[in-house]
Amino acid sequence: MSSMDTMNFSTHYAICALLARSDAILDSNDLASWPDLFITQGEYRLQSRENFDSGWALSVMHLTSQGMLRDRIYAVQETLYHDPYSQRHICGAPQFDAVSDQRIEVASNFLVIRTQLGKLPQTLAVGRYSDVLVKIDGTWKFAKRHAVFDNDVLPNSVIKPI
Amino acid sequence: MQPTIAQTTIAQAPCPTLPLWGDAPTSRAPGWVYTDEATYQQELATLFYGKHWCYVGLECEIPSGGDFKRSQIGERSVIMVRQRQNRAQLDAGEPADIYVVENRCAHRGVQFMRERTGNAKAFVCPYHQWGYKLNGDLAGITFKNGVIKIATEGDNKGEKIKHGGMDEGFQDCDHGLTKLKVARRGGVVFASFDHSVESFEDYLDPEVLHYFDRVFHKPLKVLGINRQRIPANWKLMQENIKDPYHPGLLHTWFVTFGLWRADQQSQMIMDAQHRHACMVSRRNDGGKAAVTPGATLVTPGVTSFKENMKLHDNSLLDIVPEPWWSKGCAAGTGPTVVMMTLFPSLIIQQQVNSLSTRHIQPVGVGEFDFVWTHFGFADDTEEMTQRRLRQANLFGPAGFVSADDGEVIEFVQQAFSANPQARAVSEMDGTSVHNTDHNVTETLIRGMYTYWRKQLNV
Repeated sequence: MSSMDTMNFSTHYAICALLARSDAILDSNDLASWPDLFITQGEYRLQSRENFDSGWALSVMHLTSQGMLRDRIYAVQETLYHDPYSQRHICGAPQFDAVSDQRIEVASNFLVIRTQLGKLPQTLAVGRYSDVLVKIDGTWKFAKRHAVFDNDVLPNSVIKPI
Repeated sequence: MQPTIAQTTIAQAPCPTLPLWGDAPTSRAPGWVYTDEATYQQELATLFYGKHWCYVGLECEIPSGGDFKRSQIGERSVIMVRQRQNRAQLDAGEPADIYVVENRCAHRGVQFMRERTGNAKAFVCPYHQWGYKLNGDLAGITFKNGVIKIATEGDNKGEKIKHGGMDEGFQDCDHGLTKLKVARRGGVVFASFDHSVESFEDYLDPEVLHYFDRVFHKPLKVLGINRQRIPANWKLMQENIKDPYHPGLLHTWFVTFGLWRADQQSQMIMDAQHRHACMVSRRNDGGKAAVTPGATLVTPGVTSFKENMKLHDNSLLDIVPEPWWSKGCAAGTGPTVVMMTLFPSLIIQQQVNSLSTRHIQPVGVGEFDFVWTHFGFADDTEEMTQRRLRQANLFGPAGFVSADDGEVIEFVQQAFSANPQARAVSEMDGTSVHNTDHNVTETLIRGMYTYWRKQLNV
């Protein structure tokens, strides 16, 4: 099943709002509420295109529960020493692939710019999200967010999820 | 008897305005060792293109005849390729050779192989179609014998005339790809541009070789590759993994969960020339106190220690001991972590169940690519593979205990770029170079500079 005719405006709007909210939270200084956008068994995966295309399972980050997402956010805020920076997501229009009342597959491009103090903004990663969203108690959430980046190399470290 | 370092002769700094090593022959490296372009070029020539074994890749990355993979030695591109065997060789079960050749056409220098991996019958440069066998031999040149034309006018009308072509004296055998000497051990491939290099086994020394063999003892399986570009001199990454003093301070995860801290049973082991090192340690239970009565408590004052830190999901700490950890010691008593630095280009990581090779590929005096190849063993259960992959969250460009290493060495580079006259102080545990049975030391860094200064004559 794959068609826009099965999706009404309010669903379309809710999905776009969820994707935009994730970007906005990750670009803010308060990441703590980001895991709430996922279901309890939600999965977040940041993987290189090289590994994805080679069929290798290795990722840069692979968090397989909401709890692991919370641990990552704690690390960003408390345990991972890093240069202060802000990030900005520039994301493309979502492309809906499989749509049902309770589950939607959607993909979108991302460009994430990192700005460090005293430096010009720099491309941190560019790539594509493939998301599986599910409706829980009337609210759409991420069951899975798989971000595959095109970069052959990453500019040093990736601290915050993208 | 622990070896100690005699005062070495003080040679010239590369620039008269830059400081010498003074009375600290290995413990106070001046900043220019990370920033001076001429010194860096000398390092490439001596360490990466000279008589040293540099990492290329894993044999399991090229399992079939003709499989190739591009890699890097210093700034040079090389190709690792598995020999194509004929039917008779295959039937006889002969082991296939692995060749390493420089990715540079002998004609005009084109870096002809652009794909990172693939399968080839031969190498052909696209520019003028010089063709090479997989072992690097020149196989043929189009128009080698020129182009024959029939004269259409003049006295020799109707005669065959040769246009162009190579001179009689041109020998194919003089114009192959640069072939590197290859060493293979335990499924790992190393190569050297200098064929007079000592054997790989002699290069490592028995003690370091022991820990190499401990990891690479059965067929491997690649789990994936992560690449990061770190804006710092390549030596700073070697020093980071020759510095057992920082992990229990910089890395909260290590100190809080007892994966690496100052009160652990540890050994720092070097080869006789102090260029390679093994940081060997056995984890304790973590928490505040895991020490014998009267011993120093290591957590007070360590700001990265989070006494009340609880994970929402403990699956990253699902650690299962493996029998091979105890090679050479009583079962169940082996180290839980061995970090090896093989000079100049490789780090080998065993951190509990997570295994990787980390390849240092310089791209300039102040920048290098750090390439992590995570692997397991071919006979791993699916459960163990998943465990290794989960623990990979600790390591790599976003790793809980390694993302911050990339950050801090960048900051070191920034400071020395601004002030190459300034000097580092690597004097934890004194100024001498010796193996230790603890990890509160910078002796391995001093060891590396002993060797480095000798090699570069600075």
